[in-house]
Amino acid sequence: METLDQIFVLAKHWLVARVPEPLAWLATILLSIGPLITVFASCFAITTIVERKALGRIQNRFGPNRVGPFGLLQPLADGLKMLIKEDLVPAQADKVVHLLAPFALVVPAWLTFSVLPFGRNMTVIDLDAGLLFFFAVGASSELAVFMAGWSSRNKYALMGAMRGIAQMISYEVPLVLSTVAVVMSVGSLSLPSIVEAQSAYVFGMPTWHVFTPWGLSGFILFLIAGAAEANRAPFDLPEAESEIIAGYLTEYSGFKYALFFMGEYLGLFAITGMGITLFLGGWTAPVSFLATTPSWFWFFAKFGAIIALFIWVRGTVPRLRMDQLMKFAWKFLVPLTLVNLVVAAFWHFSGTWQFPGAIFARWLLGAGFIGGAYVTLGRALHTNQFPPRVYAYAE
Amino acid sequence: MRMLSDIPIAFLMIAAVTLVSAVCAMSLRNLVHCGLCLVLTFVGLAATYLHLSAEFVGFAQVLVYVGAVAILIVFTILLTRNAEVTLSPVSQSSLVGLGIAIAVCGSLVLPLVTSPSLRRLPAQSLAPDAQVQRIGEKLMAQYVIPLEALALVLTAAMIGAVVIAMRDDPERNDPSPSPQNQKDTGSVSNSPAGTALNSSSSTSSSQRP
Repeated sequence: METLDQIFVLAKHWLVARVPEPLAWLATILLSIGPLITVFASCFAITTIVERKALGRIQNRFGPNRVGPFGLLQPLADGLKMLIKEDLVPAQADKVVHLLAPFALVVPAWLTFSVLPFGRNMTVIDLDAGLLFFFAVGASSELAVFMAGWSSRNKYALMGAMRGIAQMISYEVPLVLSTVAVVMSVGSLSLPSIVEAQSAYVFGMPTWHVFTPWGLSGFILFLIAGAAEANRAPFDLPEAESEIIAGYLTEYSGFKYALFFMGEYLGLFAITGMGITLFLGGWTAPVSFLATTPSWFWFFAKFGAIIALFIWVRGTVPRLRMDQLMKFAWKFLVPLTLVNLVVAAFWHFSGTWQFPGAIFARWLLGAGFIGGAYVTLGRALHTNQFPPRVYAYAE
Repeated sequence: MRMLSDIPIAFLMIAAVTLVSAVCAMSLRNLVHCGLCLVLTFVGLAATYLHLSAEFVGFAQVLVYVGAVAILIVFTILLTRNAEVTLSPVSQSSLVGLGIAIAVCGSLVLPLVTSPSLRRLPAQSLAPDAQVQRIGEKLMAQYVIPLEALALVLTAAMIGAVVIAMRDDPERNDPSPSPQNQKDTGSVSNSPAGTALNSSSSTSSSQRP
């Protein structure tokens, strides 16, 4: 079991030992990056087919079913098609920036994976400030969106880029604030040590952060803000096809479009992996008697579950309006994340309570506080009449 | 004095990227290109910090400058004018330019080299003790007043921005801007970006009663 858990680490060490000494450093780097890219590129391919199938199922149609058995080879066909498609660049476009934009999105998206712990001892680089690295690199995707929208010389592209930047900047605030609660309770920005902090078991049950009042609300807030940060439905306004064609992707075709597409999915994967690491115990098993199963298995099991949740949400929740989107971020999510910080502090300091039933009292108080804030905010922001429709970005 | 060959090659590469992008940032004609080059300079600086194993400073540099300041610059360029500059420089004479450059550079370098903190540094370079935890403890204990003062200044700046962006006449309630003459890409961007700035203030102030 121990070997199975560490099989990838052992395989890497075995392979590095076979390489001549002067090139060992290169082999170490390549053997860390190579599997990462392979695994998540396949995840991307699998997710596209699963998503199209699931959306088809939700919308009462078949989905792709022509290529290969059950249409399973569809991602392969899509990729091949993208590769051999003509790469159209508008005559007026800023050629250099237009070319660089997809790379400016994909490269940071790959970089974010380097700090995520995929299993026991399976972090590519264990940075002291890994969480900060994740958000610092993730923040540069806004610039890629701007580059794409601006360089296309297309009004719809520019509108999409402006929407995208406004949305990403707004939702970055609740996204980062919801992770601060975890940092506060663990006392570290290093992701492997955040996972270690959740790896204990009490009565056979895990001590994941999601099983605390602040963790539960923080996880939900993180998922909402993360979906918006990754331009994921119902927050996919930057590329709302019913309003602005495809937003900043309008003037992209062929493999550049595929790169953008991949970059967005990689962003979603990275957010999912981060959510698992922060709140769902990373690679730890959900019950103590399963703790001997390989750690990477649990990471990818949780990963699949959260991705399935995102697909489900995409199939069921309608797209927001731009003013609703901004209001939701600034008036609802940000105050709730701040309240969540207070609840996390309360949970931390009430950990010394000794009387019988203290855990229930802590849960009740914490959940009551965050729930009260939720209800109060919801009531305060709710208006019965429909506001006039404002298309702030379409004039 | 160290020879050029003693300097690590990584530093040379980072320095080259930073300097070339900085030169591009001030010499290119298109302002958006200048902004993007400036971003590359910021990234180069962050890489320098990382090279000096100051992890936290490097990541904070990327987070703040690439994630926020660059976007701010880009928004500012699009909001205020066309990306293509038609203004001619103040003076065509290269001598005047050189004089100004030397004056600015001197006024920046002089305090640095005469600073007493430079003499306090140890002769050999130490690994910087810049752990995130240590920085946090310092910020929250020793430097808490400067930190709070900075936060106050930033909040004041933000309130100022909201006040400037707020609509003046109370008659109009809809936050959509008046139609502007849209001639080229530069002024097209005015309308969406203008509402982007307004949207935070107008949704709070000028929504229905």
